[in-house]
Amino acid sequence: MTNLWTDIRNTDLVIIMGGNAAEAHPCGFKWVTEAKAHRGAKLIVVDPRFTRSASVADVYAPIRQGSDIAFLLGVVNYCIANNKVQQDYVKLFTNATYLVKDGYGYKDGLFTGYDEAKRDYDRSSWEYQIGADGFAMVDETLQNPRCVWNLLKQHVAVYTPEMVERICGTPKDKFLKIAAMIGETSSPTKAMTSMYALGWTQHSKGSQNIRGMAMLQLILGNIGIRGGGMNALRGHSNIQGLTDLGLMSNLLPGYLTLPMEADADLGTYMGKRGFKPLRPNQMSYWQNYKKFFVSFQKAMWGSAATPDNQFAYHYLPKLDVPTYDVLRAFELMFDGKMNGYVCQGFNPLLSFPNRRKLTVALSKLKFLVVMDPLDTETARFWENHGEHNDVDPTQIKTEVFQLPTSCFAEEEGSLTNSGRWLQWHWRGSDPPGQARHDLWIMAQLFRRLRALYEKEGGAFSEPITKLHWPYADPNEPKAEEVAREVNGYVVESVKDPNDPAKTILEAGKQVASFAALRDDGSTACGCWIYAGSYTEAGNMMARRDNSDAGNAGLYSKWAFSWPANRRILYNRASCDLSGKPWDASRKIIEWNGQNWAGFDVPDIAPTARPDVVMPFIMNPEGVGRLWVRGMMKDGPFPTHYEPFESPIANPLAPKVRGNPVARVFKGDMEQFGDARDYPYAATSYRLTEHFHFWSKHVWVNAVLQPEFFVEISEQLAKEKKIEPGSWVRVWSKRGAVKAKAVVTKRIKPLICDGKTVHIVGIPLHWGFTGAARKGYGPNSLTPFVGDANVETPEFKAFLVDIEPIPAPATV
Amino acid sequence: MLENLSRRQLFSGVGAGLAGTTLGALGFGGIEAAHAAAIRPFKLERTVETRNTCPYCAVACGVILYSPPGEAAGKRTVRHVEGDPDHPTNRGTLCPKGAALLDFIKSPTRLMAPRYRGPGEKQFREVTWDWTLDQIARRLKDDRDKNFVAANKDGVTVNRWTTTGFLAASATSNETAFVTYKVVRSTGAVVFDNQARV
Repeated sequence: MTNLWTDIRNTDLVIIMGGNAAEAHPCGFKWVTEAKAHRGAKLIVVDPRFTRSASVADVYAPIRQGSDIAFLLGVVNYCIANNKVQQDYVKLFTNATYLVKDGYGYKDGLFTGYDEAKRDYDRSSWEYQIGADGFAMVDETLQNPRCVWNLLKQHVAVYTPEMVERICGTPKDKFLKIAAMIGETSSPTKAMTSMYALGWTQHSKGSQNIRGMAMLQLILGNIGIRGGGMNALRGHSNIQGLTDLGLMSNLLPGYLTLPMEADADLGTYMGKRGFKPLRPNQMSYWQNYKKFFVSFQKAMWGSAATPDNQFAYHYLPKLDVPTYDVLRAFELMFDGKMNGYVCQGFNPLLSFPNRRKLTVALSKLKFLVVMDPLDTETARFWENHGEHNDVDPTQIKTEVFQLPTSCFAEEEGSLTNSGRWLQWHWRGSDPPGQARHDLWIMAQLFRRLRALYEKEGGAFSEPITKLHWPYADPNEPKAEEVAREVNGYVVESVKDPNDPAKTILEAGKQVASFAALRDDGSTACGCWIYAGSYTEAGNMMARRDNSDAGNAGLYSKWAFSWPANRRILYNRASCDLSGKPWDASRKIIEWNGQNWAGFDVPDIAPTARPDVVMPFIMNPEGVGRLWVRGMMKDGPFPTHYEPFESPIANPLAPKVRGNPVARVFKGDMEQFGDARDYPYAATSYRLTEHFHFWSKHVWVNAVLQPEFFVEISEQLAKEKKIEPGSWVRVWSKRGAVKAKAVVTKRIKPLICDGKTVHIVGIPLHWGFTGAARKGYGPNSLTPFVGDANVETPEFKAFLVDIEPIPAPATV
Repeated sequence: MLENLSRRQLFSGVGAGLAGTTLGALGFGGIEAAHAAAIRPFKLERTVETRNTCPYCAVACGVILYSPPGEAAGKRTVRHVEGDPDHPTNRGTLCPKGAALLDFIKSPTRLMAPRYRGPGEKQFREVTWDWTLDQIARRLKDDRDKNFVAANKDGVTVNRWTTTGFLAASATSNETAFVTYKVVRSTGAVVFDNQARV
């Protein structure tokens, strides 16, 4: 989230689209309720189903899953056409005025530079015009046809209300009503917040869905203000932490990136990471990248990372493909190219797409290790459970090690919530039976692996044998020790260059913030954005002062918010060019002539002049991007693409299937179904009472929602002669499930491109272990393709067929 | 004095007083004694409270874990879970998942011991931690030694291992995650993701 849960009470308008906060984040949603009750805020919900969020909304509009970009760009088009734009904010804080190179263009669904055979673009024309001074050229009058603003107007012009209705199935009058409500928040004294989740991310153009709303929020001036923002509602208790700490194929902690093969040495790697400002006097804070990188390397390899060995640069692996994400991992497994897999607290058999493919893949592994507090389906993928897991164990050679772990109540440590708060928790109990803490298990694996390398030698052992392992008990690091590592500390004392008698950083001390980090090996830091979380003043994450200065909803003394305890990101954008808040009633910070100050830590250098340094300090431009250069694989603007499995052809680009640059593995294109064979548009989602495949192990939740069902409209039920509560078979090109049918008014057929589109809703949550009834999940049906930029699978939009079946003999 | 009285004692005392009231007058004198004998001690009368965070979604509601007092080290349990009223986000409230956390902690399908399933076998069998960890370390090393790619075909140093993957858990703490990062990345592993990917 750019903002935070409690800030939602400050808003005037909430739009829940691509998410379902009332059901998936019930206690966070209470802040929407507060805003409605105390500020008269309104709630808009746009969703394929009339969800519980919709049931308390002021306006609900249906939308076909996978058509959000058309809707969002339709709103952008409306706002520009009706001058519902926060003009000053757009001119000052976005790249609207920037001039784009002549070579860039867009036509009929494709941008310039497309290579169909490679399924990729040459993005070199997607760049600003650069002047002789080395800076991007701008036109403050917005008259130049090549300025971003004019290119944007052109780009969104096709998304008229009629086109939105045609693509999305959203009735024109509903769309216009919503657009008008949204347009009102272009006022400097009105705020809108976007609450979105996996309804937007789980598409082959998921990143662009989110881009669409970010552009809209920038145009409305709703970023960096109270009650505004892009509020990504993350899914798990520490998914934000795992993202921040970079436990992804291509990441290092703090959003640094793993080298590619082309980054032959540290110099070359850093050469691509200079982040020189693109406009005069802008901060472009990533210019400090090397300080973060070197400090990370020191945290990893301590005294083995020195200037002489490029700070252990080669101890890091280099990628030959953009990422070895989970889809690629299971593709490799399927092809017999992987031997082992360690699954820590995750249930991929049920959570990844195309279950049949996953089962074959796991069966080809030599060994699988599962670490979990619960008995998962993945750990038992080899075990026959009749039709719920129809395998022959005698044919599956995979060795499986199942390790019992502790759960949250038995652990001490920090978790990072969706609002970037790092909150410490304490343990109330001990792991049951022989269950052990993950910290102990990882330490044990490491120590044994290292001992084997020390004894036997083997492939390039130094990164393992020289891994920095400074823990008091090397067999089990303590949470506080690790938290201190992550915050960062001084390795070698640093003297003041102007006064050698003065020490500015003392060896052994914790760093107070990432501003102290250096690129010469004198500092170490596990994760630069977490610097400040555990300082010499103590564990900032354990702070429990719940006072709220100015009743702003920021709670700045509770726990620690990254970065640097800032609660609202980009908060300088809440003020105009003179440093005065656009809206005095929702002040965050203000310029007093010398520095910024207020209720939140300024997200800008404290003395940076308001008329000089712009708010988006991580960007080389200093401003937010309406047009993103070559930074996204599938386009500098979002454009409507259909899901790979769609009931209609793309009205704007009928020959383009899905996202033209999304990666599709050989063999998976053939596994996409057509509307001819699979006429109904399916989507997947969660229920309030359950958490993925985890809570079916919990008695109370199993009672509340005991069994698998699918939801269909009354119209589809009538057409297929499906009685409410009766059994149905639902199948896609990849598999089939059986379920009870819930026939509901909450889903209605939509008219898209002249065709009636029926939606089939498929909740997840059931499997073959736990307290609930055995059942299936949507991933028996989903397609094996992901987002073009980050490879998140397209779980939310695929095609199925459905028919009534007799009730099974045993349930 | 009241805090030294257990609830049972209190009700016994009260019960004795009932003899002189309506129930006693109606001839139901034996009920009080039976009633007092049937009352069990109030489970939350004396507890140890611990602040924790709900493990489910990213609202991260504050919860309070209540444990019986006086349990031996290594054998502490949780008896009750409630929302934490001091927490700014949830203010003591919980959703249907958080409200049932006790049933997660005590789920009959909590794993209690390391288990192993051999090739083609139809069942898990229980094994020791020592054996399991040694077996896993052995397999990791053998696979890494055999398949580690030090340089690509153009002689560029890549130091990469792709034949074993690691899937990390997004309900683990930041501290677990950082140690996991260190252990996994130092092997040169690149097949490495968590729930953030999906």
